[in-house]
Amino acid sequence: MQDLQMFLANIWYFLLGLVLVLYVVLDGFDLGVGMLSLFARDERSRGIMMASLGYIWDANETWLVILGGMLFGAFPLAYGVMLQAFYLPLLLMIFGLIFRGMAFGFRENADNKRPWNVAFGLGSLLSTLAQGLILGGFISGIPMHGRSYAGHVWDWLTPFSLLVAAGAVFGYALLGAAYLIIKTEGEIQKLNYRYAKIAASLMLLAAAGISIWTPLRHAYVAERWFVWPNFFYIALLPAGAFCSFLMLMRSLQKRQERAPFFWSLGIFLFSFTGLAVSLYPYIIPTTVTLGEAAASPKTLVFMLTGIGMLIPLMLGYNAYQYAVFRGKVREEQGYPSGS
Amino acid sequence: MDFFLDSLLLSRLQFALTTIIHIIWPVLSIGLSLFLLIIEIFWFKTGREVYYRQARFWSRLFLLNFGIGVVTGIPLEFQFGTNWAPFSIQNGDFFGNILGFEAAMAFMLEAGFLGIMLFGWDRVAPGVHLFSTAMVAFGASLSAFWIMAANAWMQTPDGVHLEHGRLVVDSYSAAIFNPSAFTSITHMWVASVETTLFLIGGISAWHLLKNRCREFYLISFRLALLSVIVIAPLQIVLGDLSGAVVARHQPAKLAAMEAHWQTNLPGQGAPWVALAWPDPEKQANTWAIEIPYGLSLLTTRSLTGKVTGLRDIPRENQPPVALPFYAFRVMIIIGFLLAFLMLWSAWVFIRKPLTLAHIDRQRHLLWAWVGSAPLGYIAVESGWITREVGRQPWVVYGMMRTEDAATSLPAGVVMTSLAGYTLIYGLLLFGYLFFVRRIIRQGPDLTSPLPAPEQHSPSPAGAGPALEDRQPLGGD
Ligand code: HDD
Ligand code: HEM
Ligand code: HEM
Repeated sequence: MQDLQMFLANIWYFLLGLVLVLYVVLDGFDLGVGMLSLFARDERSRGIMMASLGYIWDANETWLVILGGMLFGAFPLAYGVMLQAFYLPLLLMIFGLIFRGMAFGFRENADNKRPWNVAFGLGSLLSTLAQGLILGGFISGIPMHGRSYAGHVWDWLTPFSLLVAAGAVFGYALLGAAYLIIKTEGEIQKLNYRYAKIAASLMLLAAAGISIWTPLRHAYVAERWFVWPNFFYIALLPAGAFCSFLMLMRSLQKRQERAPFFWSLGIFLFSFTGLAVSLYPYIIPTTVTLGEAAASPKTLVFMLTGIGMLIPLMLGYNAYQYAVFRGKVREEQGYPSGS
Repeated sequence: MDFFLDSLLLSRLQFALTTIIHIIWPVLSIGLSLFLLIIEIFWFKTGREVYYRQARFWSRLFLLNFGIGVVTGIPLEFQFGTNWAPFSIQNGDFFGNILGFEAAMAFMLEAGFLGIMLFGWDRVAPGVHLFSTAMVAFGASLSAFWIMAANAWMQTPDGVHLEHGRLVVDSYSAAIFNPSAFTSITHMWVASVETTLFLIGGISAWHLLKNRCREFYLISFRLALLSVIVIAPLQIVLGDLSGAVVARHQPAKLAAMEAHWQTNLPGQGAPWVALAWPDPEKQANTWAIEIPYGLSLLTTRSLTGKVTGLRDIPRENQPPVALPFYAFRVMIIIGFLLAFLMLWSAWVFIRKPLTLAHIDRQRHLLWAWVGSAPLGYIAVESGWITREVGRQPWVVYGMMRTEDAATSLPAGVVMTSLAGYTLIYGLLLFGYLFFVRRIIRQGPDLTSPLPAPEQHSPSPAGAGPALEDRQPLGGD
């Protein structure tokens, strides 16, 4: 029984990680485009940037809802405690997402596009910052008393989490720029080659800072990293991320169109694998393990048939939708007006 | 203790506010996606341009509505964790699971085909487009199924037991298909359809009255009218069935809904209270207009069936009375009003077919349709208030009390989020109404080119630009 539950809990840890990465990468480029729209030169290019997301932002955001549902069902304790611990940054994240959605809904119908442009850009920025703060707070650990949260509502706000938030902003901006390189041409594309380079360099700095600071600040991570032979395997992950970074810079230099997105993805994948490895077997760092938080085996199995099996199907029809809208954005596509 | 009580109250207010506002959009998303599906089937089969124009016009409304529905739904999902952590920790094994199903099966299906449905007219073959619309409609209704199953389980929990304060599921089928599931899923789904139909009918009637795009709006008016002939009476039947379920499984709620204090003695019938002022202090009605035997007949189908009164329920387990009582009456009145409007319209149009010339002489009827446009929404809101306030003081009926379900947060924090939500949801609602008005005033675009899918030839069924009725639509 215990073994079965651990086995199932591990599967769910993996699925949770998968959906988290899907969300971060997919909504990451959406939010990135949103932040970059703050620098858009004119109304036309802002329109094109929003149109490049028109058909997909909702599906990308839905990964977040799935992530929430999976965590709620598979690890109820973790869901309850984490959401309580991050009450305020979650609120900021949600408000940001609402502003962004509001911009998509209202801008096309409005004569005065100004307020909705601001809502789009700042909403994306707000959500990204909040997600970074949550991640930073999460890595720092969540104090518990019995089965409930024992910390303070402001615990998540530390210099460390601010650094992680900065990293998230640069990372999402990089994804956004890389996406726009694929979807646009001419002036906008040219600009985004530049933005991508700037964002990637800043992200590298932030990532280096986070990687050095994390084991210094968090003993549980240091224990995981600095043990032979763990050290050797774990070192492969930052090495992989750094190689991806070099390849990314090269592809930007050579003005390739698809490769930058691919290598940015690489950076994210290596970093998140690193995170997952450092945390395991905790689901809430240093206080709750996977086994302690997991739902009963029956629930985990039932969810596996209902949600786990659906993941390939969801990926399939999402990919189909991307395929239908492949190619450069045309202005009239996306949120068409008046038709 | 004081601060804790406050944050409980604030969390409840916040949950009530955000769901009451959220539900405005799903209702239309569910109904309108079905309407769009039917319209598109007509277009696919007949190739008549009007149907394409219909599809494009109403989907502008759908797009706006859907986007706002999504962003107002996300806070709800997270609120279970932020404001109701003990509830989530205890009930996650079942409840979280079902929310996960909703997201993975329904929300993603909608989102995954929405882009194609709304922006893909020129990019996919007509058959693929029709399939996408069908998936969006199916997803919307499926999401209603799951969320209603979850909520019905909170009303009549079944198939689970508690072990050291944690829920263990014995039977998923018993939990999902709990006693209240069938009636509440169908009643909610039909409510969405009915609300949508009266909204579409009302908008169409308004344009008919104002002499704008008349041929266009006659089509949608006709479709709405024909559908409500089935839907309006069906909703009354389903409402009656819901009442019977409440009577069997939630006697305290039923007594509150009916302001029924005193259990009737054997051999005597319980009266149905049409109108009253309930006074929980005195445990009686200050005044009441009653119909003898009514309540026994309605709930037990016998003149003298026993109906438990509130006095037989310990005071700490009694729900508030006035709110469910009045909200329930508002819903019932609207249910009958809408059915009456349906009968009136049917009577008028059975005698003479529904043509533009005939409709011109029915201005009173058209105005009645315009007036009925918001009624479905009001019925939905009051139905929910009946249901949720009547469930108090339980959050999971008989298993978990609301006061034990709330996260203990500093009241100031909840105050902040409540103020934020009030502001932002208010803005959303205001902006939505503003832009809906604009879309409706602009009316359909009757001139843009018909879809010409890039790599595909028009379907053999004729959904391409082959059109019999090229005459301009509704220009006058
Ligand atoms: C267009 C909307 C609409 C209309 C016309 C009606 N209802 Fe309704 N009703 C709802 C929309 C609704 C709802 C909002 O969808 C509710 C709330 C939760 C639910 O399952 O359905 C509801 C709940 C609800 C409940 C409470 C169930 C519970 O607490 O568990 C009862 C007893 C009824 N209804 C009965 C009726 C009757 C007798 C009606 C006819 C005269 C009626 N409803 C018309
Ligand atoms: C969308 C339509 C809904 C509306 C308008 C609505 C309305 C309300 C209202 C008015 C309350 C406050 C009751 C009180 O505190 O006296 C409430 C509470 C609550 N409802 Fe609903 N509700 C809806 C749907 C749902 C659904 C689908 C669920 C679950 C899946 C749900 C779960 C809850 C919970 C957890 C509470 C908080 C505890 C409480 O105060 O009772 N509600 N709702
Ligand atoms: C407390 C209860 C509720 C919660 C937690 C909730 C949660 C959500 C969430 C998270 C979304 C966004 C999904 C996305 O990203 O696509 C959403 C939208 C939606 N909700 Fe709710 N919801 C609740 C009540 C209801 C009720 C009562 C219904 C209908 C019966 C409903 C039907 C829908 C539908 C159809 C959508 C899709 C978006 C739209 O059509 O506008 N929800 N809801």
